[in-house]
Amino acid sequence: MSSHGITDRVAVIGMGCTPFAEHWDASLDDLIIDAAHAAYRSGGIAQDDIDAFWFGTSQSAASGLGMAGPLKIQGKPVTRVENYCATGSEALRQACYAVASGAYDTAMALGAEKVKDGGYQGLNAFPIPADGTQRTLTAAAMFSLMLPAYADRYGVDRDELRYVAARIASKNHHNGARNPLAQFRREMPAERICEMPAVAGMLSVFDCAGVADGAAAAIVCRASDAHRWCADPLYVKGLSVVTGTGAGSLDPDYDYTTMPECAQAAADAYAQAGVTDPRSQLALAEVHDCFTPTELVLMEDLGFSPRGTAWRDALDGVFDLDGELPVNTDGGLKSFGHPVGASGLRMLYEVWLQLRGEAPGDRRIPETDRTLGLTHNLGGYPGEIVSFVGVFGTKKER
Amino acid sequence: MRGVISAAGYVPYHRLDRSEIAAFFGSGGGTGTRAVASYDEDTTTMGQAVADLALRPTAVEPEALWFATSAPAYLEKTNAAAIHAALRLDPAVSALDFGGAVRSGIGALRAALAGSGRTLVVAADTRDGLPTGSDEASAGDGAAALLVGDDSDGPVLAEYLGGACRTLEITERWRTPGGDRSRTWEERFGAHVLGPAALEAWQVALNDSGLNSTADIDRLAVTGLNSRAVASALKAMGAEPGSLVDPLIATVGNTATAHPALLLSSALEHAGPGETIAVVALADGVEAIVLRVTEAIADHRPAAPIAGQIGQGGSLSYGRFLAWRNIVTVEPPNRPAPARPSSSAANRRTDWKYGFTGSRDRSSEMVHLPPARVSEKGGAADDMEPAPMAHTSGTVASFTVDRLAYSPSPPTVFAVVDFDGDGRVPLELTDVNADEVHIGMRVVPTFRRLYTADDIHNYFWKARPRRDGTPGGPPPGDSL
Repeated sequence: MSSHGITDRVAVIGMGCTPFAEHWDASLDDLIIDAAHAAYRSGGIAQDDIDAFWFGTSQSAASGLGMAGPLKIQGKPVTRVENYCATGSEALRQACYAVASGAYDTAMALGAEKVKDGGYQGLNAFPIPADGTQRTLTAAAMFSLMLPAYADRYGVDRDELRYVAARIASKNHHNGARNPLAQFRREMPAERICEMPAVAGMLSVFDCAGVADGAAAAIVCRASDAHRWCADPLYVKGLSVVTGTGAGSLDPDYDYTTMPECAQAAADAYAQAGVTDPRSQLALAEVHDCFTPTELVLMEDLGFSPRGTAWRDALDGVFDLDGELPVNTDGGLKSFGHPVGASGLRMLYEVWLQLRGEAPGDRRIPETDRTLGLTHNLGGYPGEIVSFVGVFGTKKER
Repeated sequence: MRGVISAAGYVPYHRLDRSEIAAFFGSGGGTGTRAVASYDEDTTTMGQAVADLALRPTAVEPEALWFATSAPAYLEKTNAAAIHAALRLDPAVSALDFGGAVRSGIGALRAALAGSGRTLVVAADTRDGLPTGSDEASAGDGAAALLVGDDSDGPVLAEYLGGACRTLEITERWRTPGGDRSRTWEERFGAHVLGPAALEAWQVALNDSGLNSTADIDRLAVTGLNSRAVASALKAMGAEPGSLVDPLIATVGNTATAHPALLLSSALEHAGPGETIAVVALADGVEAIVLRVTEAIADHRPAAPIAGQIGQGGSLSYGRFLAWRNIVTVEPPNRPAPARPSSSAANRRTDWKYGFTGSRDRSSEMVHLPPARVSEKGGAADDMEPAPMAHTSGTVASFTVDRLAYSPSPPTVFAVVDFDGDGRVPLELTDVNADEVHIGMRVVPTFRRLYTADDIHNYFWKARPRRDGTPGGPPPGDSL
C-alpha cells in the first residue's frame, strides 16, 4: 500500500470549539454557528473566504444542508461525512486533502452533535433495518471486554487493573477540571471510582465518556499561504484512517488486548510525519478515551508503551499533565464530553492551544523542545474499529 | 411395525420453588418445584430444542413436523415453520401447527402413530395462572418430541399396539385467545364426566392393542389438568400403583399439551424390551395409546435424558418469575427498545438467523459467522460452503455483564464465543448466573427469542453453559 501523506502542505489557521455540555437550551444550529464563528474569529477569516466545507455529524443531520442552512453558506460545496465516532477527524481529513489537491485554497471542517434531545442516557445508534441478529450491547459493554482479556494476557491482578482504569479516569478529570469548556469540571479520586457500582463488566459510569452536545471547527489552507491568515499555524504532518473488517468478531486469534486498526493507523501517520519514537517526540497526545480500557490499550497501540506495560506506565504517571508524555490534557472524552461528530476536532483544538502556548496556565504541558502533537480518534468496538491518527506540528520543515 | 423411532423431553433450566408463592402472598403455592421457561423462551423455542434432541440420536429424517401447543407464539403464522427452519429441515418437509387446545398434543401423537410416513410430533407449553391459583402451583413449562415412523424407516423403539378416544363437548376448562388465565368449572363436574369416559376409551384401547387388562401394562401414565378426574380414571381403570409413571408434577409441573408426550419420553428412558407403555390423556374427552418396547430400546441414547435435565435446574426467585410472566412490570433500563427485525432481511438470512449456519471458506477454511461472501483470510470471493454451528460447543474468550443495554430481563450477560474447530461470534449468554461466567467456560448454542417488537418475535441464537460436569467426563444430563 502506498500512503504518501500531505506533510507540511496544509496548515490549520483557525479553530473554534463550543463548551461541551448538556445544552438543553442550544440547538444543533446554535452549536454549529458558535463553533464556526469562533473559528472565523480565531483565523481572522470570513466565511466568504472559505471555499469548501466538510460537516461531520454522526446522527444529528443527514446532509450538507444541515451546515449550509444555519451558516447561510451560499453557493459552496458542503458535504456531510460520517465514520462513527471518528466522524470529526474524517471531516478534517477530507478538508485537508481537498486543499492539498489544489482544488481549493481554503476549507473548513466542522463537527457537531446534538445527542441530548433523544430522551435517553448514553448514545443510541440509529436503527438500520436488519435481520435482528445484530448485537444490542452498549458500547460500554463492548469495551469492557478488554479488561479481563488484558488482565489474563499480562497476568495483571484484576483489582489492580480496575484501579489502573480508575486512575486513567481520575487523571482525565484532573485535566478537565482545569478546562472551562469541559463537561465535567470536578476532580475524582481513583479510589472513589473503584467504589462505584459496575454498569458494564468492571466499568462504572465514571469509566465512560461524558455524553454531551457540542461542536468544533477547524479552518485549513495551503501551508504556503498560512501566514497570510495566522502568525503561528499548525502544520499537518500526517493523517491516517484505517478501517477494520470486523475481523475481531470473527477470528478466534483476536484476543481483545489491542485494536490493530489503531496500531496500523499510527504506523501510517508516524511514517508520514517522520515520527520514530512517539513517546519521546510528541509533546502531547489527545486520544479517544471513550472508556478507560480504551485509553489503556491505546497507550500500547500508539506505541507510547511496550505491550503489557501501559498499566504500569499509567500508574507511574507517565501520561499525567506533568508526565513524560501528557495524554488528554483537556480532559479527554471522559471529562470534556463526547458529542460524537465533534470529538475529533475537539482533540485538534487542544493540540492547537497547547502547541501554540494558548492553553490556560493550570493545564499547560511542561516546556520542552517537542513541537508535535497527536490526535487519535476511533469509532466502533474492539474487533471492529475505524481509527484515525493525526500528527500536527508547529514547524514547517519542507 | 410402526411406532416411536426417537423420543426426547425438554425441561427448561429455571425452577420456581413453590413454597416461595405462599411466602410472598401468604397463600397458594405448594411443595416441590415447577420448571419455568426463561424470559427468552416460548413454545416455539422449546419446541425447537426438544425436536433437536429427538433428531440428534437418529439418522431418520422426518417428512412432516407437527407442532402442538396451547400457547402459540403466533396465530395465523405457522409456528412449526420457525422450528423447521431452526432444525434446517428440507423445504419439502411439511410443518403444521396443531393449535390451541391442550388435547392437540396427544391428538397429534395418536394421529401420527395411526397414520403413515415419518412424522416428528412436537408438543410444548408454557403454563400461566394468576398468583396463588392452582394452575400456578401445579403447572410447569416443558416440551416433548417423538419421531414416529415404520421399522422400514429405522429401528422402532416402541411399537404402537393400538389406541382409542372419546370426544366430549364439555366446558370444564377454557381460555379465550389473549386471555391471561384459564378458567375452570367445579372440578368435581369434570371428574364426573371424564372418569367414566376414560374407562370406556381404555377398554377400547386395550382391545385394539390385543391386551386383556390394565394389569398387562408395565408403565402407565394417566394425565390431565383436572387432577380429580385423573384420580377417578386411575381408580376406574384399576391401575396398579407400582406401574405408574412418575407424573413429574413435583419436579417439572404439568406441562399440559406437552405432558403426555413428555411422560412417554420419560417412560422410554427407563423401559426395557418387551414392556408395555400406555398413555391416557384427559382433555375434552380422552385419548389413549398403547405401545410395546422393542429390543431397539437397548440402543436408545437420549441426547439429554429428562432425569438429568430435571436434576440440573437453577433456582428462580418468585419475583423474577412474576416479571417474566408479565404479571408484574419492573422498570426497564432507560434505553430505547429495539426495532422490529426486517422480514425481508431476515428471509435472506434464514439459515443464519434460524439455522445458525455460517460459511466456511474453502481455501483458508476460515469459518465466518455470520456467513460472508468474501473471506476474511485470503480474500477469496464466493467460494464458501455452509458451516452449521448449532451442534458445536464453544469456549468463552471474553465476557461482560451489561447493566445498561435494553433487555427483557436485565442485565445482559454477553460473551465472545470461540467454537470448537473454528468460528467466533459474540453472543448473549442465557440460563446463566452472571457470577459463574469465566474465560474458558464451555457453552453451547441455544435457539431463543431475543425480544418482541411490533408483535414480531425476534428469534436468534444465544449460548448457554454446557452443564456436563468435568470436561471430557461422562455427561450426567447434557451430552450436547
